[in-house]
Amino acid sequence: MRQPKIIVVGGGLAGLMATIRVAEAGVPVDLFSIVPVKRSHSVCAQGGINAAKNQKGEGDTTWKHFDDTIYGGDFLANQPLVKRMCEAAPGIIDLLDRMGVMFNRTSEGLLDYRRFGGTLYHRTAFAGATTGQQLLYALDEQVRRHEAEDRVKKYEGQTFLSAVIDEGGVCRGICAMDLRSMEVKTYPADAVIFCTGGIGAIFGRSTNSVVCTGSAQSALFQQGVDYANGEFIQVHPTAIPGEDKLRLMSESARGEGGRVWVPKNPTDTRTAKNIPEGERFYFLEEWYPKYGNLVPRDIATRAIHRIVYQEKLGIRGQAAVYLDVTHIPREVLDRKLEGILEIYEKFLGVDPREEPMKVFPAMHYTMGGIWVNAEDQATNVPGIFAAGECEYQYHGANRLGANSLVSCIFGGGLAGPAAVKYARNLSGGAESTSSSVYESERKRQEEKNQALISPDGTENPMTIWRELGEVMTEHVTVTRINKDLQSADAKIRELQERYGRINLSDRTRWSNQTLNFARELGNMLVLARVVTLGALQRNESRGAHYKPDFPERDDANWLKTTRAKSVNGEIQLSYEPVDISQIPPRARRYDAAK
Amino acid sequence: MPDVKEVIVRVKRQVSPKGTPYWEEFALPWRPAMNVIICLRDIAERPVTRDGKKVTPISYDSNCLEEVCGSCAMLINGKARMACSALVDKLEQPIRLEPFSKFPVVRDLAVDRQFMFDSLKRVKGWIPIDGTYDLGEGPRMAPETQEKAYPLSRCISCGSCLEVCPQVNGKNKFIGAAIVSQVRLFNMHPTGAMHAKERIAALMEPGGIQDCANAQNCVKACPKDIPLTESLAEMNRQAWKQALVGWLIG
Repeated sequence: MRQPKIIVVGGGLAGLMATIRVAEAGVPVDLFSIVPVKRSHSVCAQGGINAAKNQKGEGDTTWKHFDDTIYGGDFLANQPLVKRMCEAAPGIIDLLDRMGVMFNRTSEGLLDYRRFGGTLYHRTAFAGATTGQQLLYALDEQVRRHEAEDRVKKYEGQTFLSAVIDEGGVCRGICAMDLRSMEVKTYPADAVIFCTGGIGAIFGRSTNSVVCTGSAQSALFQQGVDYANGEFIQVHPTAIPGEDKLRLMSESARGEGGRVWVPKNPTDTRTAKNIPEGERFYFLEEWYPKYGNLVPRDIATRAIHRIVYQEKLGIRGQAAVYLDVTHIPREVLDRKLEGILEIYEKFLGVDPREEPMKVFPAMHYTMGGIWVNAEDQATNVPGIFAAGECEYQYHGANRLGANSLVSCIFGGGLAGPAAVKYARNLSGGAESTSSSVYESERKRQEEKNQALISPDGTENPMTIWRELGEVMTEHVTVTRINKDLQSADAKIRELQERYGRINLSDRTRWSNQTLNFARELGNMLVLARVVTLGALQRNESRGAHYKPDFPERDDANWLKTTRAKSVNGEIQLSYEPVDISQIPPRARRYDAAK
Repeated sequence: MPDVKEVIVRVKRQVSPKGTPYWEEFALPWRPAMNVIICLRDIAERPVTRDGKKVTPISYDSNCLEEVCGSCAMLINGKARMACSALVDKLEQPIRLEPFSKFPVVRDLAVDRQFMFDSLKRVKGWIPIDGTYDLGEGPRMAPETQEKAYPLSRCISCGSCLEVCPQVNGKNKFIGAAIVSQVRLFNMHPTGAMHAKERIAALMEPGGIQDCANAQNCVKACPKDIPLTESLAEMNRQAWKQALVGWLIG
């Protein structure tokens, strides 16, 4: 029997899990990543990972986790695979525990669990407030072990440019660029698993890392891989504004009892500590008595926007509200939240154990992503699989906190064996593919580099990027209005036209970060249009997608998955039904028990 | 210094691993809450030196920008630091940026820290699970053990501890405090402890724990406040014990 070869692109949680599973099946894996995989964006996940282990005697079940996830996602997720994920979650926690993740413990040495948004149960296992980092390291270590035993070969410092797709429309490998030598090469494979994460950079500033540009997803989209529910963008309610990045303040701060408030009098000049309880407005607790500060993210974000922009109650007229943990004992804060409090302290020079934090919503996560089937993470192009944040499957119209880590590991764990099975069943693999298929793709990518590097432009890529971020953040995040979405799309098209006249201030051929960024930027512009057009079309409000002109969820017309296709360079949207076979849709409200 | 309207940044540059280093100076408009990453981005948007010369943007590593990925470590005013958390208002000007000196320069401020990841491989830095199939829960662990281990597990492999270590130099390839501390972490875990010996053996090879000369610079440079000297002492003890037992039983 021929030995298949699998490529995994992306070394965050999903990519590492997929890699481990392929290696365990005895199939060699090439793992591609822009950064050393230990530096992937998964390290930024803070609060925890959900699994209904029912270790607090509350009667939690995997069905309730499933129901919370579907309800939290406003019924847009296809249900069967979400159900499987929730059923697998307790086993995933056990696995991570066996891998040595330093989860917080109870006094009898069992894993501790805390509450998170969108649920009434203690369902979130955590390792301080750096859970993503701890999980990523555990998987990174397992991959390193497979690497030491020659089952995995890492290609770090390589960026994915395009898939190699043959005349029959089958993926036969990838084309990638070495970020030091800038050499463009093709790498044959029988199946490729994409785990390329988030798209924060198309919003300029977000809670995402620098590499989260969505460039790979966009490149695939332009090659015929469908993209689903792009318009569903999660804006996290609590982040620290910054010019380079909006730094996340985890939901776990509220899970551990943190409270959100503003002074009742917005001109109050006293420091937060000196404002008496009676003169504070705990708006989440008042508006949502059942869930209080732990309403889902879309709800909390809109509430903060309402406080700031409609009620004009932002702290001293600024776009900010207080996130207050000062009433929680210092010892508890240090044991359970140190990682995030340290970020606040380092970047703002204020100790959040003493002073309430000033926070504001920030673009955080894309629920939408590469379209995958309902069984095994396969996309519509044979040989291409996707897992993790870059695909759309698990979170519907809004993701619950602490569900992302579990979906990454579950999806990656599913994609690995699925890719192996696909590759083993192929009658002819990459070895039987003509070398001209690879050579023509390599040439196509090389020509793109050449066009960018030729010295005839006037436009600076950093400037185009800044303008893209501004228009996306203003019009395509929390509140969406059709005429603004139209003008946003017009602006993106203008930026695309200017992109055609780009001028690179670095034309060298060694470690040219400017060239790489310019390539990513071209892809970001396309993906930004997919997000914007999806939002424009969807005339309803559902989960994170909110249109004041269409304030209600409209199941009759819009209980549908958006599916974007690239047809001759044009973005075409079509719609397909959502699998609601397990839980019939019902109204979603968090002011009372559901 | 909030009244300063300009930020002066001097950058030590190098076009390639074999290139000759040179300095360039930039003047940037000051804004509130600026950090070194924002300075580098400003330069990328307008790569012109203070004396008006058009240059290339500066190459540097960065990713999370919240001091948890370990990418953007460099020398800032001579100190090993993460660029993202280096706030301009707290730095003396001109701000001097240099690449780490103990790692090969790739270009400008970007260096190659593969040595650290290779070292993790050398010491078998993992818990050797049998497989990812369901085998139930992991071993129970006292909260006290977790509270000791967790700070060690926050190492971001930034390389600051190697950069400041006098034992990491042209002649000596000390594996570095970060890796020694990771061995301590894996040896603390109930399953990891079953394989402690092979990790300790790896730490006793050339460049291992015996090369630590106790300068204690590492613990001061660590951006994550990891008790590195404690780890070095503990692993030294474990190594001696293993050597002694080996010698006694021949």
